[in-house]
Amino acid sequence: MSGAVEIALTVNGEAVRRAVDPRLHLVDFLRSELGLTGSHLGCEHGVCGACTVRLDGETVRGCLVLAVQADGAAVETIEGLAADPAWDDLRAAFVARNALQCGYCTPGMLASAAELLAAGGVPTRDAIRDHLSGNYCRCTGYHAIVDAVESVARARAGAPAA
Amino acid sequence: MSPPDALLHAVDRPNSWIGRARPREQAKRHAAGGGRFLDDLEPPRCLHAAFLRSPHAHARLLALDVTAAASQPGVFRVLVGADLDPVMTPWVGVLAHFKGLKSAPQYPLARGRAVFQGEPVAMVLAASRRAAEDALPHIHAEWEPLPVLTDPEESLAAPPIHAELGDNLAFTRTAETGDLQAAFARAHAVVESGFETARHTGVTLEPRGVLAHWDPAEERLTVHHGTQAPHMMKEIFVRHLGLAEEQVRVICPDVGGSYGVKIHTYQDEMACVAAARLLARPVKFVADRLESFQSDIHAREHRVHARMAVDADGRILAMDVEDLTGIGPYSVYPRTSAVEGNQVVNLSGGWYTMDAYRCRLRVAFTNKPPTCQYRAVGQPVAIALTEGLADLAARAVRLDPAEFRRRNLMPDGEYPAKAPSGVPLEGLSHQRALERLLEIMDYPALRRRQAEARAAGRHLGIGIASFIEVTNPSAMFYGVGGAPISAQDGCTVRLEPGGSATVASSLTEQGQGAEAVLAQVTADALGLDPARVRVVTGDTERTPYGGGTWASRGTGIGGEACLRAARGLSENIRALAGAVLQADPATLDLRDGAVVDAATGTGRMTLAEVGRLGYMRGDLLPPGVQPELSVTRHFQTRQYPFAFANGAQGCLLELDPETGWTSLLKHWVVEDCGTLVNPLLVDEQIRGGVVQGIGAALFEECLYDADGNLLNGTMADYLVPMAVEMPDIEVAHLCTPTAESALGAKGAGEAGTAAAPAAVMNALNDALAHFGARLTTMPFTPQRVLAALDAAGATAR
Repeated sequence: MSGAVEIALTVNGEAVRRAVDPRLHLVDFLRSELGLTGSHLGCEHGVCGACTVRLDGETVRGCLVLAVQADGAAVETIEGLAADPAWDDLRAAFVARNALQCGYCTPGMLASAAELLAAGGVPTRDAIRDHLSGNYCRCTGYHAIVDAVESVARARAGAPAA
Repeated sequence: MSPPDALLHAVDRPNSWIGRARPREQAKRHAAGGGRFLDDLEPPRCLHAAFLRSPHAHARLLALDVTAAASQPGVFRVLVGADLDPVMTPWVGVLAHFKGLKSAPQYPLARGRAVFQGEPVAMVLAASRRAAEDALPHIHAEWEPLPVLTDPEESLAAPPIHAELGDNLAFTRTAETGDLQAAFARAHAVVESGFETARHTGVTLEPRGVLAHWDPAEERLTVHHGTQAPHMMKEIFVRHLGLAEEQVRVICPDVGGSYGVKIHTYQDEMACVAAARLLARPVKFVADRLESFQSDIHAREHRVHARMAVDADGRILAMDVEDLTGIGPYSVYPRTSAVEGNQVVNLSGGWYTMDAYRCRLRVAFTNKPPTCQYRAVGQPVAIALTEGLADLAARAVRLDPAEFRRRNLMPDGEYPAKAPSGVPLEGLSHQRALERLLEIMDYPALRRRQAEARAAGRHLGIGIASFIEVTNPSAMFYGVGGAPISAQDGCTVRLEPGGSATVASSLTEQGQGAEAVLAQVTADALGLDPARVRVVTGDTERTPYGGGTWASRGTGIGGEACLRAARGLSENIRALAGAVLQADPATLDLRDGAVVDAATGTGRMTLAEVGRLGYMRGDLLPPGVQPELSVTRHFQTRQYPFAFANGAQGCLLELDPETGWTSLLKHWVVEDCGTLVNPLLVDEQIRGGVVQGIGAALFEECLYDADGNLLNGTMADYLVPMAVEMPDIEVAHLCTPTAESALGAKGAGEAGTAAAPAAVMNALNDALAHFGARLTTMPFTPQRVLAALDAAGATAR
């Protein structure tokens, strides 16, 4: 085992400096080192999307990125998104439509939905489904999630509700 | 979405909450990343477990040396089977009411032999999961592979996996009613078919996990456990650790999906609890995804052959069903692995009238992971075989599938009735459900669209499936067989001095909305805003005793206990207020957080004033008045073994005969689950069930080679439904309340999963019929669709 590597990054706007094992995944780093337990591990293969976070503005799988790769980067997690009033409407829509049940996929799902919404416009339901297909949900039928994202896109665009 | 307030309860008052589509308070926390799941808990001095698991499906353990592993960095101890003997006894998954059901003793760690791939053999306990995993390769295990049984039919003829059991037939049962031979003899047509449902699993996004802590000073065991049934698990820990019940507490943190997966006795979890007892240190284990695929319960490996006899008018005369299922090497404790097949026996054909019925079940041991109750237990098999036969029979007598069902579904209004197997049915609405389904599908228009598409060279398929759904089980389900599984639930409702309410219920929450349901039921009875009701679940020390959340029993049983407790509290509040106000309690009602005059709605005193008087100002109360502002009630169903729900589903899909790809275009569900407490939650619960059922129909299968090796142990290889593959799902409701409770609620959690596979299968075969092809082996992968088309082409052209 090689020795720990020092990394410095910002997480949800906060400067963080830690010495980490080179093999440590970003999501394990966030969870175990920083206590940011809102990001979840589902498959550890980059498939299910439960660990989705933002790295320098891009959504990434926290289980496919090493913590050392985040050195010098800005990471945003669900805890950051939850504190950002810009996404109050998205979280409120998920609650209003019951677009989550157990809540395990939800942080990652919100991150991916935010990415789609940030692109602007009113995506079709098919486009929403396509965009969210890297985030698995075993509880809902996805229908309510699509409803929630669609309703936010429409409201932001000033379009009438579907 | 159901329109809000469309289905308010019959006894509504102005401030009624039962029947309202309302978001869950609890969802806000999860949407903010505030969930607390098992892996988020990390007590001081915690040891992390990693397991050496058998690489073989069946092998003798010739040597096991853990010395080198024990000296790896961060490792505290490495334990093998015999190490746990002083603290834990083995368990056997049988129940007295399944006559002849047999199984072998199961230990937390395999003893001298492993009987399925992934069976835990040794456990490393280290300062971190990483350190524990790093030590695993340093365990020296020597194996002698033994013959592997993966096929249930072959298994029945092979030497027994457990020599002491004599053979590999774990259980068999035949139900027969009426004169089968005579019914088939007078048939105008007999159709028959094989049906196969694939071995698959629940794939909870949060893997299983446990965190056990033995306090040697107090001699108490506390187990944080992602489970649906904490009181049951407590009893299991008590029994097999030889403790007294007052020594054990089970607490459920947030549970990231369960669907029946997290309600069983797992070797690795039991090993952790035993290790915590042995070492007096907190021991934590969370399965990784490979471990989940290897050791979570599997389900649904059924091979069916079934026949249906119909007369010239298309009336069903009889059904004859043979079901064979492979359950792995053990019947799972304590619910057993006989229940799934037993449901096939009980439920097949259960929504049609017929003269005679026979179903024979055989349950075989194999060397794959144990199977047990996963969402909709047995129902997808029973419904697929029944509805598959119904479509075949309709074709044989040249009836449209909808008309065939119209002629054969049990008539509404003629209940109580019995299913062909003899299972009693309280009150169902099959005919209305079918008509409502055809209406929301616009069935005639769909058939026209199908014909137009076909003319344009596109292949649409339309499938429908009627169904019954097992909900609200009584003690006849498990308790009668001796399992520590409660069919009743308890609920305490307490008025707080500030006028809010606190509810403690034996139900548990895995996201279905049990807590929201309890809040609404309480709010309804107390005239409170549901936001002012706090709900406590998932702690054996802080909730009344009860079964938990499974078999779609939460709202129907736990909700009824809550309603009774809240109504009891309402009575006590009105009695207290009446005594203070010198008013007849019968003239008082509770609305909008206050005691009001029932006739005029005039406010008399707030619930906060009641609370303050009751708790702080006994000096102001009339003599002899003792406020009782906490009420506990229990409920269980007694009259019927189950409160069956019913409904019908429809599927529209498009088949691409070039690629074998099936695109789902739309799915419809009509569900009659009696009283709806919160339609918003019910609708998405049903949709989620449909998606799991679609997964079974199109994607999901645990693939094993002939040596019992799992071939798809990652989520990249085991396919679950993604958003893009799923259609919009329209849900409509009927309401036939159960008369066993005041609430009248039945369950709705199984419906989607129960009947979606049948609806998809019938839609696919509707499209394949154009090519003379037919497919009844799930999942209907493109490969299988192309093979079916090829086979049909070879014979038809």
